[in-house]
Amino acid sequence: MSALVRLVDVSKRYADATALHSTNLSIARGKTTVLIGPSGCGKSTLLRLIVGLAEPDSGSIEFDAQTITPHSIQLLRRRIGYVIQEGGLFPHLSASANVLLMARHLGTSRAKMQKRLAELCELTRFSPALLSRYPVELSGGQRQRVSLMRALMLSPELLLLDEPLGALDPLVRASLQHDLKEIFERLRQTVLFVTHDLAEAIYFGDEIVLMNEGRVVQKGSVTDLRERPADPFVTEFIHAQREIALR
Amino acid sequence: MKMFPCSGGRPAKCQTARAACWGSQFLRAVLLLSPFVALASNDPVIIGSKKFTESYVLGEIAKRALHNAGISAEHRPGMGGTIILWQALRTGQIDLYPEYTGTIAQEILRSGGPMAPGEIRSALAKFGVGMTESLGFNNTYALVMRRSEAKRLGIRAISDLQKHPELRLGLTHEFLGREDGWSRLRERYAQPQRNVTGIDHALGYSALASGEIDVKDAYSTDARIEQNDLATLEDDLNFFPKYEAIFLFRLSLPQSAIAVLRRLEGTLDERRMMRLNAEAERTKNYTKAADLYFAERSAGNAASEESLVRKEAHWILRHLQLTGLSLLLAVILGVPLGIVASRGGPLGHGILAFAGIVQTIPSLALLALLVPLPFFGISARTAIAALFLYSLLPIVRNTASGLQDIPRSLRESAIALGLSPAARLCQIYLPMASRSVLSGIKTSAVINVGTATLAALIGAGGLGEPILSGLNLNDHATILQGAIPAALLALAVQGFFDLLDRVLIPRGLRL
Repeated sequence: MSALVRLVDVSKRYADATALHSTNLSIARGKTTVLIGPSGCGKSTLLRLIVGLAEPDSGSIEFDAQTITPHSIQLLRRRIGYVIQEGGLFPHLSASANVLLMARHLGTSRAKMQKRLAELCELTRFSPALLSRYPVELSGGQRQRVSLMRALMLSPELLLLDEPLGALDPLVRASLQHDLKEIFERLRQTVLFVTHDLAEAIYFGDEIVLMNEGRVVQKGSVTDLRERPADPFVTEFIHAQREIALR
Repeated sequence: MKMFPCSGGRPAKCQTARAACWGSQFLRAVLLLSPFVALASNDPVIIGSKKFTESYVLGEIAKRALHNAGISAEHRPGMGGTIILWQALRTGQIDLYPEYTGTIAQEILRSGGPMAPGEIRSALAKFGVGMTESLGFNNTYALVMRRSEAKRLGIRAISDLQKHPELRLGLTHEFLGREDGWSRLRERYAQPQRNVTGIDHALGYSALASGEIDVKDAYSTDARIEQNDLATLEDDLNFFPKYEAIFLFRLSLPQSAIAVLRRLEGTLDERRMMRLNAEAERTKNYTKAADLYFAERSAGNAASEESLVRKEAHWILRHLQLTGLSLLLAVILGVPLGIVASRGGPLGHGILAFAGIVQTIPSLALLALLVPLPFFGISARTAIAALFLYSLLPIVRNTASGLQDIPRSLRESAIALGLSPAARLCQIYLPMASRSVLSGIKTSAVINVGTATLAALIGAGGLGEPILSGLNLNDHATILQGAIPAALLALAVQGFFDLLDRVLIPRGLRL
């Protein structure tokens, strides 16, 4: 099966530093690809390039065999769901208004929207009774569930998650990890998941992409990384994380 | 009343698919603020007058005389100084006003020396302005002192001031500034005094009475010279020119109206004028003083006195019109400018800098700057334009900072969702900035209610009218007739916007 997203020689510089060196990467359809690495390694930049929040300095990004341009991205965004660490919910809109925002903008019929909303509540285990609440009235975990519903509302082909569980306490985090994994499998969703937590990467990742200092160091399964490290950094990273886990 | 433009334009519709644009909802709510401007039918004769009692009284006399002849006339009292009135007359903002021959020669025609009435008349005709013969009295400038003080120091004439360099002078700004004023007088009489301050004419009398100043300028027919027991210093070197009172009028006035003015010539001598001035200040009522003039000529005509309630209602309504319209314009322009400013760049910085600079211009100076411009002149338009400019900064700045304060993560979430730029602005950014935008508008509105009292200076009416005439009459009760409603109005406006907050700020932001 062909890749859904393909990055060809993509690089990105910010004023003072190179965020991403020339990079080639394919995101396979129907799988969860996890981007992992220390902070500042370029994993979030990569996500932002795909959704068009930043433009590459060189190279090109293809989505479903279509090159992303500032013009084409406007429509492509409807086929991409995007969830960030703090949820990115708009504080002046209720949970349901946040979820339905884009569908309303596109003029979807009320009946269709209500049906989809019910499906999403069931899928994300979000109580419909809480739909009329505003973001400040929801807990962190509930907010991330709403954010996920918003991202899934238009049934996107690609789901981008930028450390979606980073700000949650461990218990909430564990239950959401479990639910998320179930959702991805159920939807056969193509997911690009950014995290800096190796355990989380192993839990979700069909494929793990380890990044460091703006480059992809190795791409493969956990076993590949563990047994056939492409670079001393891979071993170092895995060991550092394991030591933290054992301590 | 002259018409001024009422912008009843509907706010532009946002292009968002279904959701009503928050901005347009908001504008609709602000529209409620602006009472509609009453439109007048056929143009009455507009009479102007300067900001002192005698000019008010003469203006009232002209109005009554025209009324009695069946000509509709309107009096805009206390519009300011010579230049403002002259400009207004030339440009047709007013049709006539009382003036003095010396002022015409020195200030208007800038002749540099005395002019014969014939010369003045032909010079004025070039501007399309005519002049009546003297109304019968010469109101020249004079210097006055407390009588007791003058006696103690042995001062009888202006040249006697030479011996007393310690005396403090409080002079009106007009006298300090004019050609035939203080600087020439000081030269002629070689006056040694260094302690010279500029002070409002009416306040100067209080300052004189309380001993804060020792000498001030006055008009020789001023009733307060007698009332305050002041001594007029003799102009022993014949410095002050003749100031015969006359009416200046536009030659385009109907003959019937000009004929009415001509009938006033030679009917007022100095004593009579001083008595009318005294009557005006005693009764705190210019109309009554004018009535006295007509009563003496043809006994009978009862005073037509408007009730205080009606006057008060008129002032308040006018005040609301001035503030409401200017605020509405400021919102319509200020919010979009704030949106542009929030994006930064040279344009954004330029907008904020412009609004900031406008704010630093003193309100009086801003009015004076606008009056000579073609479109403005002595009118409500000018007052509204000035108030509009003052209202801009808080609205522009608060809109810009409200938008800039939206966290980047939320901006990017809106972009990543795929919302169009217009939808992002209307549905996400503006509602999120609504608290800041509204508080900017509230600030503007409250400041506006206060500043609008200055509109009376250029004859635009409102609650400044009683404040100004009260100040001129040194009458606290009249001042309060304007000041109290203005303060209450400011509170009401504040309360209204607090309510508006609840309607317009989305509930999710108030939790």
